[in-house]
Amino acid sequence: MDFATILSILDATIRLSTPLLLACLAGMYSERAGIFDIGLEGKMLAAAFAAGAVAAVTGSAWMGLMAGMAVSLATTLLQGAAAITLKGNQLIAGVAINMLAAGMTTFLGQTWFRQGGRTPALGEGGRFEPIVLPFAGDLVNVPIIGPIYNELVSGHYILVYIAFIMVPVTAFVLYRTRFGLRLRAVGENPKAVDTAGISVVKQRYQAIIITGLLCGIAGAYFSIAQGSGFGNNMTAGKGYIALAALIFAKWKPVPAMFTCLLFGFLDALQIRLQSAEIFGIDIPVQAIQALPYVLTVVLLAGFIGKAVGPKAGGVPYTKER
Amino acid sequence: MSARRPLPRWADIALLPAINLALAFLVSGLVVLLVGENPFHAIQVIIYGAFGYGDGLGYTLYYATNFIFTGLAVAVAAHAGLFNIGGDGQAYVAGLGAIVVALALDQTHWLIAMPLAMIAAGAMGGLWAFIPGWLQAKRGSHVVITTIMFNFIGAALMVFMVNRVLKPASTMAPESETIEMAGRVPQLRHFMSFFGYSPVNLSIVVAILALIGVYILIWHTKFGYAMRVLGANPTASRYAGISNSKMIMITMTISGALAGMVAINEVMGVQNRLVLDYVAGAGFVGIAVALMGRNHPVGILLAALLFGALYQGGQELQFVIPAITREMIVVIQALVILFTGAMEGLFRPALERAFMLGSPEQKAEAIAVSTAKTES
Repeated sequence: MDFATILSILDATIRLSTPLLLACLAGMYSERAGIFDIGLEGKMLAAAFAAGAVAAVTGSAWMGLMAGMAVSLATTLLQGAAAITLKGNQLIAGVAINMLAAGMTTFLGQTWFRQGGRTPALGEGGRFEPIVLPFAGDLVNVPIIGPIYNELVSGHYILVYIAFIMVPVTAFVLYRTRFGLRLRAVGENPKAVDTAGISVVKQRYQAIIITGLLCGIAGAYFSIAQGSGFGNNMTAGKGYIALAALIFAKWKPVPAMFTCLLFGFLDALQIRLQSAEIFGIDIPVQAIQALPYVLTVVLLAGFIGKAVGPKAGGVPYTKER
Repeated sequence: MSARRPLPRWADIALLPAINLALAFLVSGLVVLLVGENPFHAIQVIIYGAFGYGDGLGYTLYYATNFIFTGLAVAVAAHAGLFNIGGDGQAYVAGLGAIVVALALDQTHWLIAMPLAMIAAGAMGGLWAFIPGWLQAKRGSHVVITTIMFNFIGAALMVFMVNRVLKPASTMAPESETIEMAGRVPQLRHFMSFFGYSPVNLSIVVAILALIGVYILIWHTKFGYAMRVLGANPTASRYAGISNSKMIMITMTISGALAGMVAINEVMGVQNRLVLDYVAGAGFVGIAVALMGRNHPVGILLAALLFGALYQGGQELQFVIPAITREMIVVIQALVILFTGAMEGLFRPALERAFMLGSPEQKAEAIAVSTAKTES
């Protein structure tokens, strides 16, 4: 493998890990506040569809992004109503959201656009264009650093940069602000938060609103940045990979970034392996596809460190009984 | 919060699910309206398509067979307090057991092949659920997350097996060799021409036996009692001398084995070979079925029939009203899960209040409680 091949795999890694990272950070806000979220997949799918549909109709990528975030937020609030206000089972709420999104997107896509569940292909302006950073073109000829800057750092969609900026932002919000402190406390010991006179319900809703908005960006990325239009079941289980990454990163922002990059790398490698055999050994593509899931199971089993989530996760808060 | 009064049993197991179901249908009706179609016409088409003629009924029963198995799988786990979301993967991987036995005993008789294939499929499905069970019991990993992961691992495994191992050299399509007549499970239409060309087969008898078996297991055996104790209160069950970890592992294995029976219906009864993705989400329908059926075999039977009818009727629907696609059924399914599962609390308080006003004993008790409060 030469330098150019490695660069192009790494470039693909960044592109493929972006939605994972956004969804993973989204899940972090929710789970840190004590709401297990297996509905990431559904929210992304709903957002991807809304973004694709609105961008197709209006011809504006930004309108698409707004629509994606709005629909994801609405979906999240529905899930929140079930899981927080009605104290329903958070896991079942997530399952319902995933199925609802899978059914509704295909159903509405077919009824509205009649293209087998797809939205019309997006033209100029309907999708985000890659951003070329300053001097990217001039520096190409500088050995090593030039191509890295040109290929890896420059030339991504704005959503990619947003995703990676969200990592330090999330770390700051969670660990350095009062909001973050309360958010983490609600996930660890809601009783204490309640005793301090802070509303657990309000705090949890605030957390999942952020979750919804981030999932919206992640979903929009699929249909109006990476792809040009929404396709059936476009997120293809990425929400579950993000969930796996969240566990793998032990609910921490910076490890989340590296985990998402790792899973994105596996994905990039898998796409490349479709056509080539590497190292002279015949590694089944499926083995690489399954690797994130296997790693998560192994981690959960505590064989490579223990993954312990927020203590109050999965339990609806009841003030008094 | 005021003291919660439990609902009368019939209201809890029948009225509340019925209200939630009605709500799910109401919202589905609104979705149909949204695309400019008449929901009542849609319901007519679904009912006729599902029950109106022999073929339709046969298809309804064929789908229902799968949903009984996956519904029971979810319910058995639920009684022990476990949420098995991996029915899809368990049913899928079980296909390996079914196909290997079915192909090996191809030249014998289905009376030999079917029971052995059931054991093999049950073993594979059980294994696929045992591992998450073991991980939960011994290593404390959350069974929901691990079963989700096992769905994906199972899917990857099956793609590999079908493409690389089981695919005969002569075919291009990703599928295993076809089972010859002797290894297939007979379809009911061979005995009853009423069913036309529908694929309903003897697996439905197995499904009914499984319903009875699960009923006996949960309410009439020591093991079932221990399971329910574990589900109700793990601490109490440990103090009662029940080995929680052993219970979790056995329960998950039974649950997975039940989901695995889907493979008998699909691989040996209908497809006659192993194809990709033949489970088609039946494991997830099982969650809706179990929730609606209140984890009781009778409820599961009714809920499975309902979903079978929705699936078959939905198939019909997209022919008659092209604006409504099959995915509408997935939407209905999701709404059922949402309202009967996650939003169960929506009507419960109102219903509890209504019943409190209704029954004289509860009224008297309520007065007694409030006087006791004022006196103290």
